Amino acid sequence: MGFEIAGYSLLPVVPELVLAVGAMALLMIGAYRGDRVTGLVTGLAVFLVVIAAALVLWLPPGRLVTFNGSFIVDDFARFMKILTLTGSAVTLLFSRGFVAAATRRMFEFAILILLSTVGMMVLISAGDLISLYLGLELMSLALYVVAASQRDNLKSTEAGLKYFVLGALSSGMLLYGASLIYGFTGTVSFAGIAAAAKSGSLGLVFGLVFLLAGLCFKVSAVPFHMWTPDVYEGAPTPVTAFFASAPKVAALAVFVRATMTAFPGITQEWQQIVVFVAIASMALGAFAGIGQRNIKRLMAYSSIGHMGFALVGLAAGTPEGTQGVLVYIAIYLTMTLGAFAVILALSRHGEAVETISDFAGLSRTNPLLAFFMAMLLFSLAGVPPLAGFFAKFYVFLAAMKAGLFTLAVLGVLSSVIGAYYYLVIIKVMYFDEPIGAMEPARGELRAVLAVTGLFNMLFFVYPAPLIDVATLAAKSLF
Amino acid sequence: MNGILTSYLPLVIFIAIATVIGLVLLIVPFIVAFQQPDPEKLSAYECGFDAFDDARMKFDVRFYLVAILFIIFDLEVSFLFPWAVAFGKLGTAGFWSMMVFLGVLTIGFIYEWKKGALEWD
Repeated sequence: MGFEIAGYSLLPVVPELVLAVGAMALLMIGAYRGDRVTGLVTGLAVFLVVIAAALVLWLPPGRLVTFNGSFIVDDFARFMKILTLTGSAVTLLFSRGFVAAATRRMFEFAILILLSTVGMMVLISAGDLISLYLGLELMSLALYVVAASQRDNLKSTEAGLKYFVLGALSSGMLLYGASLIYGFTGTVSFAGIAAAAKSGSLGLVFGLVFLLAGLCFKVSAVPFHMWTPDVYEGAPTPVTAFFASAPKVAALAVFVRATMTAFPGITQEWQQIVVFVAIASMALGAFAGIGQRNIKRLMAYSSIGHMGFALVGLAAGTPEGTQGVLVYIAIYLTMTLGAFAVILALSRHGEAVETISDFAGLSRTNPLLAFFMAMLLFSLAGVPPLAGFFAKFYVFLAAMKAGLFTLAVLGVLSSVIGAYYYLVIIKVMYFDEPIGAMEPARGELRAVLAVTGLFNMLFFVYPAPLIDVATLAAKSLF
Repeated sequence: MNGILTSYLPLVIFIAIATVIGLVLLIVPFIVAFQQPDPEKLSAYECGFDAFDDARMKFDVRFYLVAILFIIFDLEVSFLFPWAVAFGKLGTAGFWSMMVFLGVLTIGFIYEWKKGALEWD
């Protein structure tokens, strides 16, 4: 194939190249035509993401490596990339309503989402510490800006600034860890580190801890979760939906790839850290969400908890555990996107509302919306036979097989506690007096809600495709 | 391990020289400079700031924009210099990498121009 330039095969990076070049082309369209082409640019951005997803699937099967091993496309990367692109495409659809308002019209929004997506794809395919950092920064820099995209809103600018300052701090920690790892192993490539790190020297473990701290920040795992509730609440809702979906997938992907492929020799060392982080995240997600009145803040604690559950699978450190993580993050993505479709649909008299009491009597005013939301909340809580139950089932099963019984028991307990605040919303929707009907939701929100809701309800009928693909993807790492 | 450390020796020497030059340039004016302030010297220069004032004051956000634009082209030059010096050894990969980099910068430049970031009013 004619994808060789100067000795490097460009074939594995074709999806990323298409996205990056497309984003720049859209930037030029926007620069020359002004903000009135916002709708067009957003539409074309969705189209680009779909093309990129098709190209990811079009790439020849097997493991493709380029740029001297710093960019890897395997089944794991394909799986995660498709999830990330799904998250980005749905976010772009969500943002159509947001950027349509005359006061908020800005075509840059879609382009920033695209650039962030390029960063995530590089992150997912990272085969060494350099490409890991480059992908992480490209992803984050665009995220800082979209968090503050509502410039005349104090909370939005605060969210952007807070995220930026804390993100810079976490990047610093990650880089410090990376330089220690490089210093003690003499290489930045994951395979090279794995070969050099047969036993954990103190310096290497030190570097590993800093690296994991930086990654924990990106997946918003306790104790690096502080930014999450404020940023989720302050950022415009489509941006919050984005934060909760695509970047989480990408960060979790690199978390898994880095620990599994670069540090298999010192599993004992990182396993302790991941176990602690998982327990702390699950517990905090379960307890801190109880007192929340704002649905976006609640979703922030919910996502912290869910990252904890996903890390349970990673803590197992086995192929089954990785498969559990993959299944978990795929199902989490659908639940989150569906829930945010409902949150975005909530508006009364032209004003978006976001407190939990605004859900009152939704079952009588908007019965279908309320039903789908209830199903998604049951799924988030992990009630069988919805998809969320199977997600938790696979990670806990893997943890038990790996002998981590305490972790599994604590996980189930915090899942039960966390179920409380999901059930409260359902109670408010079904048993409280209505306080006025919602405006009809936009078409794309209803479509996303229908697809994610049906997926979560009917997953148990035919789970094999997702499970099989996740098994294949997990195998490609070992 | 020793080999790696020795290869960093030029860096250590460079940091030492940079520190010395930086400190000398800061300290020497206090000793040798001819100091005779007059109202004209202490008044605001062309940028409009008072010469001696609290550093944490409000200033026009456009200065910030100019600073950002400066950084972009500053980085470009600082990438181009080592690239130009080592150009003979880099081959086609090095050439095309830099061309892509310059292309992306140009896109950004067109964007900021069209957005009016280069106009003061």
